[in-house]
Amino acid sequence: MILSVLSSFALVSGLMVVRAKNPVHSVLFFILVFCNTSGLLILLGLDFFAMIFLVVYIGAIAVLFLFVVMMFNIQIAEIHEEVLRYLPVSGIIGLIFWWEMFFILDNETIPLLPTHRNTTSLRYMVYAEKVQSWTNLETLGNLLYTHYFVWFLVSSLILLVAMIGAIVLTMHRTTRVKRQDIFRKNALDSRRIIMKEDGRDLSRREAYIYNEYISFGSPRVSGFETSGGALECSLD
Amino acid sequence: MIIDTTEVQTINSFSTSGFFKEVYGLIWIIPILTLILEITIGVLVIVWLEREISAAIQQRIGPEYAGPLGILQAIADGTKLLLKEDLLPSRGDIRLFSVGPSIAVISVLLSYLVIPFGYRLVLADLGIGVFLWIAISSIAPIGLLMSGYGSNNKYSFSGGLRAAAQSISYEIPLTLCVLSISLRLEIGRNDQVVHPYDSDLDSSTVDIVEAQSKYGFWGWNLWRQPIGFLVFLISSLAECERLPFDLPEAEEELVAGYQTEYSGIKYALFYLASYLNLLVSSLFVTVLYLGGWNFSIPYIPIPELFRINQMAGIFGMTIDIFITLAKAYLFLFISITTRWTLPRMRIDQLLNLGWKFLLPISLGNLLLTTSSQLVSL
Repeated sequence: MILSVLSSFALVSGLMVVRAKNPVHSVLFFILVFCNTSGLLILLGLDFFAMIFLVVYIGAIAVLFLFVVMMFNIQIAEIHEEVLRYLPVSGIIGLIFWWEMFFILDNETIPLLPTHRNTTSLRYMVYAEKVQSWTNLETLGNLLYTHYFVWFLVSSLILLVAMIGAIVLTMHRTTRVKRQDIFRKNALDSRRIIMKEDGRDLSRREAYIYNEYISFGSPRVSGFETSGGALECSLD
Repeated sequence: MIIDTTEVQTINSFSTSGFFKEVYGLIWIIPILTLILEITIGVLVIVWLEREISAAIQQRIGPEYAGPLGILQAIADGTKLLLKEDLLPSRGDIRLFSVGPSIAVISVLLSYLVIPFGYRLVLADLGIGVFLWIAISSIAPIGLLMSGYGSNNKYSFSGGLRAAAQSISYEIPLTLCVLSISLRLEIGRNDQVVHPYDSDLDSSTVDIVEAQSKYGFWGWNLWRQPIGFLVFLISSLAECERLPFDLPEAEEELVAGYQTEYSGIKYALFYLASYLNLLVSSLFVTVLYLGGWNFSIPYIPIPELFRINQMAGIFGMTIDIFITLAKAYLFLFISITTRWTLPRMRIDQLLNLGWKFLLPISLGNLLLTTSSQLVSL
């Protein structure tokens, strides 16, 4: 019963991805498809893969989809456009897909289907639980890092290429842009950084008082003589 | 040829005989309801604790009018929020607005399935154990995004985006720390030939606690993975969105972020989700790093008296639950004190900390763990 509930929810959610008017609703139905598929994986006994679906697909991919889709400027008028003009090509693709499904479906459940391919029925053999009880994770690790390590490395290279592509697309030309570290500049030469309200720079006396405020919280001496030599040493 | 025909029947049959097995499975509702009751009482206690500890830090008296010592303050807050008007934004997406807080709470509540309070006191001793918590806590950003988007408010939306970015950033160091623990670094296993079909290397929470039970205090994973402990502390505080990682709900910066437009029971759901998340994080810190339900004072024969009753006795189970909660209180105290001591971090500082600091450190921790296991330290 759980199988039928999960798979029907997955199918309906998949349909709603295409048919929802609001793109945000589309992506949320997409997430629902992954949730239901994760449940189906648990039914198949692949507990680790179900969790990986949740972490990777929902937790990373769908969240990033949502980040982008939520920033769209949805004009409701654009949504009610002609969908019938998609019918020829999408109809052909849909029919091809539907025809392929008949090669996979088990004949015993749907006896009324006019197919003659009895040799490709689905058999479910649970060998692993009979001989020795390995967890999913162990099985995956034993295969992925020993016999199929090349595929693992190739997939990591593909992800690296994707990452480099994202960086190249979004990087500014930092070598030619003049940036400044404002705090360092302030520490070195605060007179040029700070401007008074009427647009004048600070005089040396005001700069000295500013420096005192910064260092000690209040000017130590309220009235003092500005002799050139002393100030030049202090504004080092 | 070993074909298990009963398995074939289960996959093929859509309607026969699966129904009655599921009706008998309803007996599980009793432990589930017990756990929910415990968790609710736990949240009430944490709310009271937070008020009292923050009052002590700020040198004032905490709640004192609702019940003796203000114990019923949380119930008073909850009742108030229950009776408030439920406002809906006029042009926001009402369905997303309503469903958002629920998803945040559901994802946190499901994580309680795998926490062991004692040897047999766990709802689901799964092989994937801790990984279930990580997987389900990855669904929480969806709820936050839905809440922020459905509020039809620029600041809520921005807060929701920031909250989701923060959540997904800190999931990765969290996962890597948990992974380092699941590698089960065994001290002194040099003489034993590790059987290649040894299948105790799963992420089951009960096994993780059992692996820390040998030397009492010194068997804690805290000593085996000190860097991992610090990274886990910081990451779990960030996942719970507690200060100093509070920016998505900040009052000064974002007018309560994605929670701005919420009132009444939906706001109470966010509040509840925050404290539930804190409780589940502290329980996971206990299970992963502080030795779970083990009575951790080594070389004292008192545990031996309890060992006789450990498997079945009610007294043993009560002691186990009590020890787990006492250890969880340590992390709760640390996080509440941190909240009322440290200033809030800016969003770019926060994300820098997650991606550029904690992620390389947790990767390095993983590398260190695996290489020291090779050397069989």
